[in-house]
Amino acid sequence: MAFDYEKYLRPGKLPHIWCPGCGHGIVMKGLIRAMDTLKLDMKNTAIVSGIGCASRLPGYIDCCTLHTAHGRAAAFATGVKMAKPEMNVILCGGDGDGTAIGGNHFIHACRRNIDMTYIIMNNYIYGMTGGQFSPCTPTGHKASTTPYGNPDPGFDIAKLAIGAGATFVARGTAFHANQIDKLIVEAIQHKGFSVVEILDDCPTTYGRRNKYKSVIEMMNRLKEVAVPVKAAEKMTAEQLVGKVLTGVLYKEESKPEYTAEYAKVIERAKAAK
Amino acid sequence: MEKTLPKIEIIEKYCKGCHICVEFCPKDVLEMKGFYASVKNLEACIKCMQCELRCPDFAIKVITE
Repeated sequence: MAFDYEKYLRPGKLPHIWCPGCGHGIVMKGLIRAMDTLKLDMKNTAIVSGIGCASRLPGYIDCCTLHTAHGRAAAFATGVKMAKPEMNVILCGGDGDGTAIGGNHFIHACRRNIDMTYIIMNNYIYGMTGGQFSPCTPTGHKASTTPYGNPDPGFDIAKLAIGAGATFVARGTAFHANQIDKLIVEAIQHKGFSVVEILDDCPTTYGRRNKYKSVIEMMNRLKEVAVPVKAAEKMTAEQLVGKVLTGVLYKEESKPEYTAEYAKVIERAKAAK
Repeated sequence: MEKTLPKIEIIEKYCKGCHICVEFCPKDVLEMKGFYASVKNLEACIKCMQCELRCPDFAIKVITE
């Protein structure tokens, strides 16, 4: 049978606002399949987002949703999780929202290792506001604010998350649609802060400025650059130039989870009276 | 074993004509008809579901038994 996505969507919301060929829809489908696999209770699941194209995602899914200030998804989600530790909290947003405006909140959520899942849709640009370059735009690539090429080196979100202390970091692409839900399932099941970076395509503001003739060319680029972690082990450093590793990149089980630690603080404070 | 054919439903109201389903179908089952995707050769379909998985717009359903 065809998968019944509409069961999880708010009625009357489709067609969504994303441009033709935008990968955000593929990621949303992956998230819905992951929620279905885990049989998440919709009343006990919160999706929190900031501002941007990718952050429009919670508006379509019929569970507890929160569309917050720009970059502040992690801050609001931390509040939700602290108030209701039993709730499944999923964050979603784009690369600009997560690593520029919300960069501070992002690294500190990673550091605390609070049990949430952050899905970052990295399309290398600020799509909604007109194609300004983001911290993830690769060096030399063009955006509306860098018409002669971006001089900045781009962020590697996965490395940033590992460095900041996230305990589960995975990467997928919008082309490898089959893999997205599996990564998200593993991320939600992980106890601790989990980051899933999905490399995405933005044909409207990024593609046309960087000589991608069509959505298909952008999708083929994702297909070419992605190398699964296991395959990369057998490849030489020269073969890996310009490639991006996909799959589960980092997993750590030993680090204590924040809400559990905070509950202990409450117990200690009560005992001290 | 006799091959059973799926039913490919394309919801034109949702389709934005991005070509992804047509280009990445391994058996060349779909084509663009004007603005929308449509089924060209249903006989060739192997029910791999790649079109349904990759459609960003929730516009394709591959209904198998």
